[in-house]
Amino acid sequence: MRIAFPFTAIVGQDDMKLAMLIAATDPGIGGVMVFGDRGTGKSTAVRGLAALLPPIKMVKACQYHCDPRADKSSCATGCVHRLDGQTPDVGEMATPVIDFPLGATEDRVVGALDLERALTQGEKHFEPGLLARAHRGFLYIDEVNLLDDHLVDLLLDVAASGENVVEREGLSVRHPARFVLIGSGNPEEGELRPQLLDRFGLSVDVKTPDDLALRVEVVRRRDSFDRDSAGFAARQAGAEAAVREKIVSARGRLSEIETPDAALEWASRLCMAVGVDGLRGELTLIRAARAVAALEGDTKVEDHHLRGIAVMALRHRLRRNPLDETGSSTRIERAMTDLFGS
Amino acid sequence: MTQEAQTDQVPCAAWPEPLLIATLFAMDPHGLGGISIKGRSSPFFDAWLDLLKDLLPDGAPLRRCPVQTGDDRLLGGLDLATSLALGQPVVQRGLLSEVDGGVLVLPMAERLSSATAARIAAALDEGQFQLERDGLTSLLPARFGLILLDESIGPEESPPLALLERCSFRLDGNGLGLADLAGAGASFEQIQQAKSALPGIGLAEETLVDAICEAAQAFGLHSARPALLCLRIARMVAALDGRQAANLGDVTLAAQLVLAPQALQLPPPPEDAPPDEAEPPESQDEAEPAETETEPPPPPETPPDTEAEAKNQPNPSEILVDAVKSALPAELIAALGNQAKPNRQGRASGSGGGAMQKSPLRGRPIRSRSGTLKPGERLNIIETLRAAAPWQKLRRRPQAEGAPASKRIEVRKSDFRIRCFAQPKEATTILVVDASGSSAFQRLAEAKGAVELLLAQAYVDRSRVALVAFRNEGAEVFLPPTRSLARARRQLADLAGGGGTPLAAGIDTALMLALAEKAKGRTPRLLFLTDGRANIGREGKAGRAVAMADALLAARAVGLSDIAAVHIDTSPFPRPGARDLAEAMRAIYAPLPYLNAQAISAI
Repeated sequence: MRIAFPFTAIVGQDDMKLAMLIAATDPGIGGVMVFGDRGTGKSTAVRGLAALLPPIKMVKACQYHCDPRADKSSCATGCVHRLDGQTPDVGEMATPVIDFPLGATEDRVVGALDLERALTQGEKHFEPGLLARAHRGFLYIDEVNLLDDHLVDLLLDVAASGENVVEREGLSVRHPARFVLIGSGNPEEGELRPQLLDRFGLSVDVKTPDDLALRVEVVRRRDSFDRDSAGFAARQAGAEAAVREKIVSARGRLSEIETPDAALEWASRLCMAVGVDGLRGELTLIRAARAVAALEGDTKVEDHHLRGIAVMALRHRLRRNPLDETGSSTRIERAMTDLFGS
Repeated sequence: MTQEAQTDQVPCAAWPEPLLIATLFAMDPHGLGGISIKGRSSPFFDAWLDLLKDLLPDGAPLRRCPVQTGDDRLLGGLDLATSLALGQPVVQRGLLSEVDGGVLVLPMAERLSSATAARIAAALDEGQFQLERDGLTSLLPARFGLILLDESIGPEESPPLALLERCSFRLDGNGLGLADLAGAGASFEQIQQAKSALPGIGLAEETLVDAICEAAQAFGLHSARPALLCLRIARMVAALDGRQAANLGDVTLAAQLVLAPQALQLPPPPEDAPPDEAEPPESQDEAEPAETETEPPPPPETPPDTEAEAKNQPNPSEILVDAVKSALPAELIAALGNQAKPNRQGRASGSGGGAMQKSPLRGRPIRSRSGTLKPGERLNIIETLRAAAPWQKLRRRPQAEGAPASKRIEVRKSDFRIRCFAQPKEATTILVVDASGSSAFQRLAEAKGAVELLLAQAYVDRSRVALVAFRNEGAEVFLPPTRSLARARRQLADLAGGGGTPLAAGIDTALMLALAEKAKGRTPRLLFLTDGRANIGREGKAGRAVAMADALLAARAVGLSDIAAVHIDTSPFPRPGARDLAEAMRAIYAPLPYLNAQAISAI
């Protein structure tokens, strides 16, 4: 296993890092879409996050590595024995962060008949695919805009339902597949379909820092990592552990975070002001703010939590006017200033 | 660092550039990403490749990857023969992992699709890739360097940016001969020696990193990648020279090799330069891509040569016009864009852009269907085997009592799964806009609006939009075919109008671009927005009669091609001349003032 560039050593890109930490704290947030030019460290951040995430407990015998605490009826295929009331063997594994390689064929994504066993033993056996592997973890798609349309549709369907239903080659299998979708794309390669965009909970824009000092720091750190990965990772271990601890504690306290009515009203007013369709925007706004409050060690959602994540929660949900030069982010910032003062 | 103070002399700076690049690349092909070589294949290139081969370790693979290589050959898949013989799935490695430790040569890189480029780029970044195909999962090593053979002719074509940006070096093979490879160079042993010394090479001063970043910024290179490559190469140069630390000379050489050829802008002139021009430097020519420069910009330590600056001086009469909401309604533009030109048989050619054309024989494989195999169709063997697998126990049952069960895989006709391919039928709408003084303001603004409206639908349509503008003495491709709204907006903001009406040049340029698009397998359409009153001829000289004759000639060339065209007459009072022009182009003629969306959809 190669050493990934430590998440905490990434210079700047605070929005992207925050969005990923929110998704790690509350996987229900609905995924993160990262837009940015080439070479801005999108993939680096995802790989860094994989190394940072705390391990998860899982049912050893289940091929979908189900959560031992989860409702046992949710996984009828992998955890069959649990239905008989047995206590499962519990093991530990790293949070899966699965790369979705371009050029993957549909059979490997959803899973298919295990060819080897079918041919040699004449057995009908389901071989899980990428979606099963990503269950309870992250699924990372680099260059989402280059993915074939039929695969995109399939992914969206599974991401929304949390369940993968396979009906092919005489197989009828359904298994849980709840994962955080992380997409990255370069706006220069073309626009994303609005249906796809809307499915992502948060959307961030990454840019190369304009500041020379920051850039020098980027190059310096990368260079010293390239020359001595192990040493670099070791120097960063303390910071990594601190963030890991922060995620674990935030996850634990997430359900206790209070959401006062004032916060709900704040969210609704902003959404109405910028013209966000549907309720998904408001829900994401509240959920993300709650995760931020948990990460910061606060007990209830306050305005500054909401304010910090409003742009990433809403910017991809505004109705687009191709002739309007002002970006969505600016429109949201402006609405916030108008509504709540600066 | 900007002073030309004590620039240390580096011996290999004196080597011919192609030799130096080959030497450095041979040291670490994967670490340096690649080399993009412009120009047709020539004896020079073959000799250069031979040289590189000699410098690479024995047994390092060097493979060519044809442009149309499909995923099964590129990434790998199931080795059918072996799998069937052994009765278990066996991975067949693709090109990307076969060249592990070596060099992948991509001829005709400008024809490479962005999908293929993204796959190669992903493998290049990771040094390995995850194979998830044909029921196989495998992590394959892929540490290779790229050689892009960029055989493009005009500025309209270029290798995919995703790959170009990962290449350390750009080499222009045009005009280079075998003499450019002569020189002492380094032997294979010296390279190996330098390679093993590389991890210990430091920097003479820490501020050299600052200097590199500063230089990259001055050249408009915003990604950290060029700066990192530059740093890496500076160390390599020091290692080749047998020194323990890279100094300013090494860094300067590396910047010359890496940063300068990639430059997106010229470094701003030094503060003390006399302000001989009232124009502020942040005008459009600063954003001019470096490709239009015939000479690579100078290294950061020397002031930029003023000649290049003077060449691109903006015409004071040019007026920047902002994109405004177009007077043309969206449906109208869409309708125009979708108009097909009746071809020679009088049959409409093509029906709108967009949707994937399902073609049973060509394109990207999408999925498979069951059915009978028709000639020319291809069987999806994996899916066929999958379909047959559940029945094997049943089918292998011995026919007669006591006979041994067969071991063969029994495939019936009903198991056949046929590969379906989808070929993206991509359209490119080329807007040809009259940006002359006579129609500048309003029309130009409308054209900008039209491009943006077209692009707003581009994702759904899978179509591209390009813009050719003609003004002053000539025409230029202002917006190369793109699907990106972000990019279009940025480039269009700089489009200014003014000067004469070189209509012939405009038509010529547009036709060239259309043919280039056609060569890429896309369906180009031309949309002219002009009043047709040419006053600059092909030679660039003023004169209405000559200009009109030239324009008519150019229009006839469009008419002879089978490229669909629409001519929107933007003059307030339509004249017969404009109609003649449209007829010569065999274009649909639409005088704008009396135009409405319904009239157009009725055409």
